[in-house]
Amino acid sequence: MAPSEAVEAASVPAGTAEPPGAPAVLEAVRVSKRFPGVVALDEVSFALRAGEIHALVGENGAGKSTLIKLLTGVHRPDGGELRLGDAPVSFHRPYEAQQAGISTIYQEVNLVPLMSVARNIFLGREPKNRFGLIDFPRMHREAAELLTGFGVRADPRRPLHTLGVGTQQMVALARAVSVRARVVVMDEPTSSLEPREVETLFRVIGELHGRGIAIVYVSHRLDELYRICDRVTVLRDGWHVHTGELRELDRMRLVSMMLGREIAEVRRHGTTGFGDGHQAERRPVLTATGLTSGQVLRDVGLELHPGEVLGLGGLLGSGRSETAKAVAGALALDGGEISVGGRPLRRLTPAAAIRAGISLLPEDRKAEGIVPGLSVRENIVLAALPRLSRAGIVSRGRQDRIVDVFMKRLRIKASSPEQKVGELSGGNQQKVLLARWLCLEPKVLLLDEPTRGIDVGAKAEVQALIDDLAQEGLAVLLISSDIEELIEGSDRILVLRGGAVAGELTGDRVEESELLAVLADETADETADATVGATKGSAAPEEPAAPKEDRR
Amino acid sequence: MKSLVKATSAPTVPRQAAPAYAARPTGRRRAAELLQRQGVLVVLLLVVLVSSFVFPSFASLDNARGVTVQASFLSIVALGMTLVIITGGIDLSVGSVFALGGVLAAWASQWGVLPALLVPLAVCGAIGAVNGLLVARAGMAPFIVTLASLLGARGLLLALTHEGATTYLVPRGSAFAELGGGSLGGFGYPVFIALALFAGGGLVLQRTSFGQTLFAVGGSSDAATLMGLPVARTKVLVYVLSGLLAGLAGALNAARLSSGVTIIGVGMELDAIAAVVIGGTLLVGGAGSVSGTLWGVLLLAVIQNLINQIGSLNSSYQSVVSGGFLILVVVAQRYLSTARRST
Repeated sequence: MAPSEAVEAASVPAGTAEPPGAPAVLEAVRVSKRFPGVVALDEVSFALRAGEIHALVGENGAGKSTLIKLLTGVHRPDGGELRLGDAPVSFHRPYEAQQAGISTIYQEVNLVPLMSVARNIFLGREPKNRFGLIDFPRMHREAAELLTGFGVRADPRRPLHTLGVGTQQMVALARAVSVRARVVVMDEPTSSLEPREVETLFRVIGELHGRGIAIVYVSHRLDELYRICDRVTVLRDGWHVHTGELRELDRMRLVSMMLGREIAEVRRHGTTGFGDGHQAERRPVLTATGLTSGQVLRDVGLELHPGEVLGLGGLLGSGRSETAKAVAGALALDGGEISVGGRPLRRLTPAAAIRAGISLLPEDRKAEGIVPGLSVRENIVLAALPRLSRAGIVSRGRQDRIVDVFMKRLRIKASSPEQKVGELSGGNQQKVLLARWLCLEPKVLLLDEPTRGIDVGAKAEVQALIDDLAQEGLAVLLISSDIEELIEGSDRILVLRGGAVAGELTGDRVEESELLAVLADETADETADATVGATKGSAAPEEPAAPKEDRR
Repeated sequence: MKSLVKATSAPTVPRQAAPAYAARPTGRRRAAELLQRQGVLVVLLLVVLVSSFVFPSFASLDNARGVTVQASFLSIVALGMTLVIITGGIDLSVGSVFALGGVLAAWASQWGVLPALLVPLAVCGAIGAVNGLLVARAGMAPFIVTLASLLGARGLLLALTHEGATTYLVPRGSAFAELGGGSLGGFGYPVFIALALFAGGGLVLQRTSFGQTLFAVGGSSDAATLMGLPVARTKVLVYVLSGLLAGLAGALNAARLSSGVTIIGVGMELDAIAAVVIGGTLLVGGAGSVSGTLWGVLLLAVIQNLINQIGSLNSSYQSVVSGGFLILVVVAQRYLSTARRST
């Protein structure tokens, strides 16, 4: 994200403690945390008042997870201090935080799959009989009672892994709640729950709230936040942006704070490397319909035309990356169809997608793409090797020619084709990955955060390159958290929310205020014309829409 | 706040709304679980039953006494191995530690039965502690750490015996010699000691927090840490226990043989691992039982005994048969775990 000049909310000066109110039970005062190469948190302050439900929001890399890990003793701060009640504390291990009454439910269920439900709930504090041995009948009885309160009627003797993910999440919740907690931290507890289970969760949260337990609630689902949370803290890029009453903040403003864009200053800056719109052909090269995968994707459909850049908008967790993965055959689907050039793919596997001409540049290039120990040449030709070889022998001459073409074309700055990719800058690594897919001569290029983590200059170059590729007739799907990049780069934007298509922006409507409106709005289907290629989004209009700042 | 009231006062979920999760384990999965837990016992009983008919000499009480006392030493070592493997680790040093314990016991037995037990326990426990600290605190791979101490303990043993030139003898008629050689109802004392240790081990594993922590650490080390369990301490302790048990087994064996033999225990760690795995403990950790290990050890011992009974077969074939069983069990485990997951 470009260094943003966005507003700091005026109500709370960044980095200071709370305005007077209820006393804080748990407080982080100007905490910092550095990991190799990144400052994950930079003097962030956070105060949790007794008995409140406090929302913690921010986009990817904002520092939410790091802050939670500091509060729960997984990490220790490099600077600043934690305060529990009035006294400073320092947790060396999660155990110490738990002893202090801080319970956590992590986003991914952190229980032991092979052990029984009851054992998981009571691990480390099993009920004992008078010989000091575990009293299993009592443990099973108490576990069953506890779970009934959560709407779970599973046999507590069953191994945990035989239960559904939602039920496992409930077991984790039961564990967290059954210790005498003063504070419960919930990191995206609803991400794997079904609507019915979400209701149960909210009922339990209500009960905890009634008992005066303070809750830190992390979620990307705005309607959930507005439904249950009292106050909100917004983080962005490791900075504290805002803390205040949630009801004083409309959705639009909340979203703009998370993204670091001020609504009023939305103007085309032209700071990106993108040119003007492209001439797209009429017939789509790629059609995807009804992509469905659990709760992650719900009936997503899209069309991609040769020569256009389709942007995928949405907040974190809205299903953007999952959509790209589904199209590339890398996500197991419950249903859906993908056809390339009018021919449906029979099997949705990465290999089939690549053969059909679909290339995915994944989000995490370190983990899913670059082989740092290999040279630039080897990295580029890796995927194309089968095509370049005859009877298993790869012609070095052909390799060198291809590598030479792409290094010039993409302006990859390396001392030679034999330099190790690990020694290159992030931007050049990204170009090498791009070259790898381009030498497969794809028809469709899926780019998931192509400019994340690379410097400004290289960013503009990569953006210009995407532009060129579209000019040449490639169909490009662009995912970016950088809202400016998305707006400038895309001819059309499909907006996702909660794994479903929430709307589509075309023509003049490809604009920040429009995008923010759809992102923030729960009744977006009426405002954005969800027509071409977009299937019905299923956002239920249950609350009044946030006031829209329409100024055109 | 206002919204919260809405959330709590609208009980949209009836309490009995989860019938899908209330299903009892299916018959197939139960059978699979039972087979994983007690399959070895069934095989063991079948083998014993059939052999008793085929070889009349097998079914004799004398033979049973011989087999059990032979198996008792390996079983004590395998008990420690079971605990280590349940945490997802491995202890390759037990064979060397077993031999070292025997030599130390024989050497110390000149001062009486107490030193003869305490010296090997202290040294072998210390080796286990070093293993455990390197694994748990330094984060090194158990395979490498215990491979190093396998070599180290063997080297220490050779140094103590001057390259095997010196053999320490257990004084004849001493209480320590009686501990290894004496018997009750014809069954050697080591058999009863092993049984007592297994009973204690089973109790610790199934009915104490420490035992539950072993399963949690092996099942998911990250989850165990986040739950606030003492992961590192547990790992250290489990290697200490393994060292102690291997040392004790070595000492008992030396008492029975009346001397510290330097060349024994080579490859014993592999027999122990085989017995543990045959007994249904998952090599990746997180599931297992000490009873299974006991049956596994007995199965290996019975197979060896049978091959001796046949006489015409070279005893080397014992390894072939044990190896075959091991593969069978691992394949069965794989099949059973997929069967359990799919139901």
